[in-house]
Order: sequence, then structure tokens, then C-alpha cells
Amino acid sequence: MIQFSDITSWIHETLSGLLSPGLTFLAELVLAGVAVLAMVLVFVVIFVYMERKVAGFMQLRYGPNRVGIWGSLQVIADVFKLLLKESFAPDSVDKLLFNLAPYLVLAVSFMALAPISWAPGLQMWDTNIGVLFISAVSSIGVIGILMAGWSSNNKYSLIGAMRSGAQIVSYELSAGLSILAVVAMCGSLSVHDIIQSQADGWWIFKGHLPIIFSFVVYVIASTAECNRAPFDLAEAESELTAGYHTEYSGMGFGIFYLTEYINMLVVAMVASTVFLGGWLPFHIYGFEAFNHVMNFIPSWIWFFGKIFFIIFLIMWFRWTFPRLRIDQLLKLEWKYLLPLSIVNLVIVAFITIMGWHF
Amino acid sequence: MENQDISLPLEEQTEEFVVNIGPQHPSTHGVLRLEATLDGETIKDILPHLGYIHRGIEKMTESLGYKQSIYLTSRMDYLSAHINNQACSLAVEKALQVEVPERAKAIRIIMAELQRLTSHELWWGSCAMDIGAVTPFFLGFRDRERILEIFEANTGNRLTMNYITPGGVMQDVLPSFVSDLKTLLVKVKGYLAEYDTLITGNIIFQRRLQGVGVLPKEMAISLGCTGPTARASGVSCDVRKYHPYDGYEKLEFKEILNDGCDSWARYLVRMEEMRESIYIIEQLLDNLPEGEYRAKMKGVIKLPAGEYYQRVETARGELGVYIVSDGTNKPYRMKFRTPCYSNLAAVKPINVGAKIGDLMASMATIDLVIPDIDR
Repeated sequence: MIQFSDITSWIHETLSGLLSPGLTFLAELVLAGVAVLAMVLVFVVIFVYMERKVAGFMQLRYGPNRVGIWGSLQVIADVFKLLLKESFAPDSVDKLLFNLAPYLVLAVSFMALAPISWAPGLQMWDTNIGVLFISAVSSIGVIGILMAGWSSNNKYSLIGAMRSGAQIVSYELSAGLSILAVVAMCGSLSVHDIIQSQADGWWIFKGHLPIIFSFVVYVIASTAECNRAPFDLAEAESELTAGYHTEYSGMGFGIFYLTEYINMLVVAMVASTVFLGGWLPFHIYGFEAFNHVMNFIPSWIWFFGKIFFIIFLIMWFRWTFPRLRIDQLLKLEWKYLLPLSIVNLVIVAFITIMGWHF
Repeated sequence: MENQDISLPLEEQTEEFVVNIGPQHPSTHGVLRLEATLDGETIKDILPHLGYIHRGIEKMTESLGYKQSIYLTSRMDYLSAHINNQACSLAVEKALQVEVPERAKAIRIIMAELQRLTSHELWWGSCAMDIGAVTPFFLGFRDRERILEIFEANTGNRLTMNYITPGGVMQDVLPSFVSDLKTLLVKVKGYLAEYDTLITGNIIFQRRLQGVGVLPKEMAISLGCTGPTARASGVSCDVRKYHPYDGYEKLEFKEILNDGCDSWARYLVRMEEMRESIYIIEQLLDNLPEGEYRAKMKGVIKLPAGEYYQRVETARGELGVYIVSDGTNKPYRMKFRTPCYSNLAAVKPINVGAKIGDLMASMATIDLVIPDIDR
């Protein structure tokens, strides 16, 4: 079977043969960037289609079913519509910030993809602070949202942006703490090391109850970080019409929409990497035949399967739950999730020191 | 500004700001405009503005005959069209002292209670949507559709039925009416159980409604609130009990009361009212009287000079029809006391000091239909 590492090393050798080392590095950066961009856009198209179909399934309707087979080209048609629309900015907006905000949000969510390990040997940047980098970078996105809300010069946008600011900053804490639980057990912040440490079993199975708790907290907190229902207060359509992107039209809105899905992708990737073993297959200790069969399923199927599972969870929340109120949202974080996460982290540290985990 | 604290340094002083919620807003469900003064997320003041859908129905009746006026009443509270028609017809019948056949009375009550069911099902969906859950909206519409099919088959229309006329009903129901309804009611009971599993038991939903939009009993009385809104504050005001019409006095049903006073109590009252409506219909189905469906009426109705008043219980509260007749074939004045107009008065007192999200929750549970406010 061809491994991804064979392909990447072949590209590296071919380029080194043709170009100087500096140019090779540059060319590889561009190649990797384009590859990730294309990959992510394909993912987003699938997610948007999936979201609509999931929503349709839950809401007794078909979802898109006119454009293409089973409506599969609907998303592409929508993107073309958004591209052709005028990106209108009202007179009263702060033009610079207004136009900059969508790109900042987009750039930040792409940055968070850098340390992700897609498959064995397919990782753009194997840094030793990978997980920390992702949590740090993904919280910059709130600045873009605040910029959008403030520069729109619209009261709905401003309320939405302020809500979003309070929300993302709060939920960043428990998301970080729940990842830290695994980091403490595994002893490394590097994405590659975290995946390798799960070769004999995923952390969600190895780490007893505390890691399962961390997983639940992470999914809740990251749903809130993505501004997805039931935490979609920033764009609560029954309260604030469209929240912080009320004034955006055309591709400006399109980019915010795109970013929402890229953020979901990042969240799903981190959750599957940290808790569900990344691209590693499902192994049960002692069942050699079973493990061997599992090994035959390619790594990318494992990774994407886990991603889609988590994305489906997040979509399921969205189409089932009512929205929280802003004070309830903050109460949930500061009074329940954060103290429990801290206690949980202490328990995890204790387990790790005693070596009770598998 | 009131809340400006001058002792604070300039950069820490805050200002209130005004947000227009509506006339085009996803959760006002119509063209109501609320001018909300906000301090951050907290509501300081609310000023409702009316008149965006004023069609002058009351004035139009003065140049139309009585039968024609009844068509207009379907357009007031379009979710209680049957009950509005019924109110008008009852007022005219009272003036002419017409005896309505028993069969017509029974059909009227069945239709009115079905109308209450459709209205509450739609309310359930839109209430959940205002609180942020989109899926119930589709369920509510699905279930309402089953009842609208019955309306369509028996009355010819789905929204503005104009089925109940002075003297009885427009036409007899289909032979399959009773069996259709029996299968429908079984379905509706299943739907109600589904509503409870999906939303009523949801902790987020409960927390969003409990303790929100508290309307004390005294305030409900003094503002003239009626219907489920008032009954959730413990005010016993069911017109079907106190001033029975069309044979409600012969039926056995409870007046749903709740002392919770908050949005959650209003939610529970409406959910329970749906079950009570089913119970009322079931009592009538097994012994639907035979006979005429309409009493003989003259082609042009002329009321004797005088004043007539009739009140009925719509899905949202007490609808009063006040007719002043000068003996001609047109009313001298026809005034409607609509439930939504009085219930709208509660929006300001119960929401001052609450959050924006609470405003949506309590607006949803008061269940306003804007054309009913403006007429």
C-alpha cells in the first residue's frame, strides 16, 4: 500500500533535485498551502450539504434536492450566487475594519489547521506545541468578530459581537483545560506524539472517566466557540436577526459562513486527534485478529470518519436544542464547566502520577 | 441619560441605546414594532408601536351588511377564524333571537376547538423557534396541516374559513367527518406526547421560560389580560365557563389554571388546553345531533335598533363583539374587543429589567397575532 509519507518524500526529493534548498522550501510551503486550502474547501462543501440534509432529515423535509443528483450541487450553486453578488458596505461603516474582518477570521481559522496531522506522515508542521498552538490561534478569531460587529455601526451587530466576545473568551478556558487533561496523561503537546501515544488504545478508552468527561466538556465548549446552536447567541436570529454579520452581503457574508464550517472542522479534528486517536484504527487490546482487520481500513477513512461523527454531533445539537440566554451561557461556563474541568484536571494529574491509566 | 453615573470617569460612563425590534423582525411574527431601550443586554423600556397592518375592519363593517362583515372578521385573528366568525354570528343571532339547530351548535364547537388546536400547535412551533429551536416549528406545521385538511374538506377553506354564519354553519359536514376526526384525534394525542419529549422536558427550554416574564395576578387583571395569558397568572376568565355559548354549558371540561405567572406557566396552560380541546371534541363526536345545520335566515339581515354584545373565548383570550344597530341592514358601529390588544399591554411591564432573550421568550408565550391588534 502506498503511504502518504512516500508521496511527500517523493515530492521533496523531486523538488530538491530541481531547485535550490531555499526555493524548495518555498515551493513546498505553497504546495502545502494550496493542498490544505483545496482540501478544506471540499470539506466545507460537504459539511454545508450535510448540514442541510441533516436538518432536512430532522425537520421532516428533504433538504436540497433540485440542483445535481440529490441536490449535491446546491452548495456550489450557492457559492456562485454569493460570488456574483455585490459585497455591499453601508455608508456609515468603518470601511477598513469592515472589509478586513472576514479575512482576519478566515486567516485565523486556516492557521489553526497547520499542526494537524491528516494521516501518517502527512503533517504540515510538526511543532512540539501543536495543541497549544491550535487553542491559542483559534481564540484570535474573536477579534475578527468584534471588528465586524463594531465596524458595522449597527446595534444588532454590536450586541452580537459583544456576546460572541464574552462567549468565546469564556469557553476557551474549559476547551483548553479539557485538552490539557489528555496532554497531562500523554506528556506531550505535539500532535504527532499525542496520536502515537494512542496506538494501543484511544485516550477516551484508556483515560477512565476523567477523559470521557473531558471529551464531553470539549465538545460542549467547542460548540460554543464555533458559535453554533445552542450557543449561537452571537447570531441569534430570533433576537438579533443575524448578529455580527447583519450588514455583510455577498462574499463578505460567505466568508463568515465558510469560517463557521472551517472552525467546526478544526474542532472536530482536534477532538478526534486528542480523544479518538486521530488517524489510528480502533484496536481492542488482546483481539489480534480484530485489530488486524481494523488495520486494513486506511488511515484517512478513520480520521475522516471520526471528523464526520463529531460534526454530526454538533449538527444534531443545533437542530435539537433551544438557545441559551446570555447569562445562562456564562453561568454554565463559569459556575459549572470551569470548576469541574479544574477538578477533573487535578484528578487526571493524580491518575497520571500514580500511573493508573492504561 | 438616566443611568449615567457622573461620578465615574468619562470613559467608564455608559449610555442607553434604542433598538427597533420590528416591524420586520424574525420573532415579532408580524409587523409589530417594539422600540426597546437597552442598557447593554438589559431592557430598560419598551414602547410598542401599532398600526402597520391597520386595515380599518371596524370602519369597513359600517358600509357592509352583517353577513359580509363576518367575512372580514376571519382576517382579524387569522389563527382563530372560526371563533371570530362564531362571535359575530352569535351576536347577530342574539339580536334576532334565532334558535340555532343543535347540530349546527355541535359542529360550531368542534370547529372552534379544532381551531384552538391549530392555533396552539402553531404557537408551540413558533414559541420554540423564538427560543432558538428550529425543528419544532416544522413539527407544529406538520400537525396543524392535518387539522387544516379537515377544514379544507368540510368548509372549503384552510385559513379564513367563513364557515360559521348567522343561523348555523355554511354547509353540512361530510359524512366521513366523525370518523376522520376520530383518526385525527388519535394522531394529535401522539403529537402532543412528541411535543413533550422534544421540548417540554428539555432543560434549556425550561430554564429559558421559568421565572421569565412574570405577570402577577393583580397586574393581569388590571391590564385586562385574558385567555391563557391571564389563566397562567391564576385569573379564572374562561368565557366558555362564565358565559357559555353554543352549548358549552352541556360539556364537561376544566378551565386550565396555573399560579406560576411566568412564561413557563403560560406554556403549560396552552399545552394542557390542547388536551382539554381534544376532550371536548371527543364528547361531541359520539353523539353528534342529527337535523338541520342552519336555521332559516332572511337573505338580508336587519337587526332591530339597539346594542348587542357577545363574547367568546378564542385561542388567545376573550373576543368581544359589540354591535350598535340603527335598524338598517348595516351596522351603525361594530367594535371588536380583541384579546391580543389587551395582552399586548403586558409586554412592557413584564419585560422591563429582563434580557433581550427573555423578551423573545415572554413575547412568544403571550402569543400575539398582530392583525388582531390592529384590525
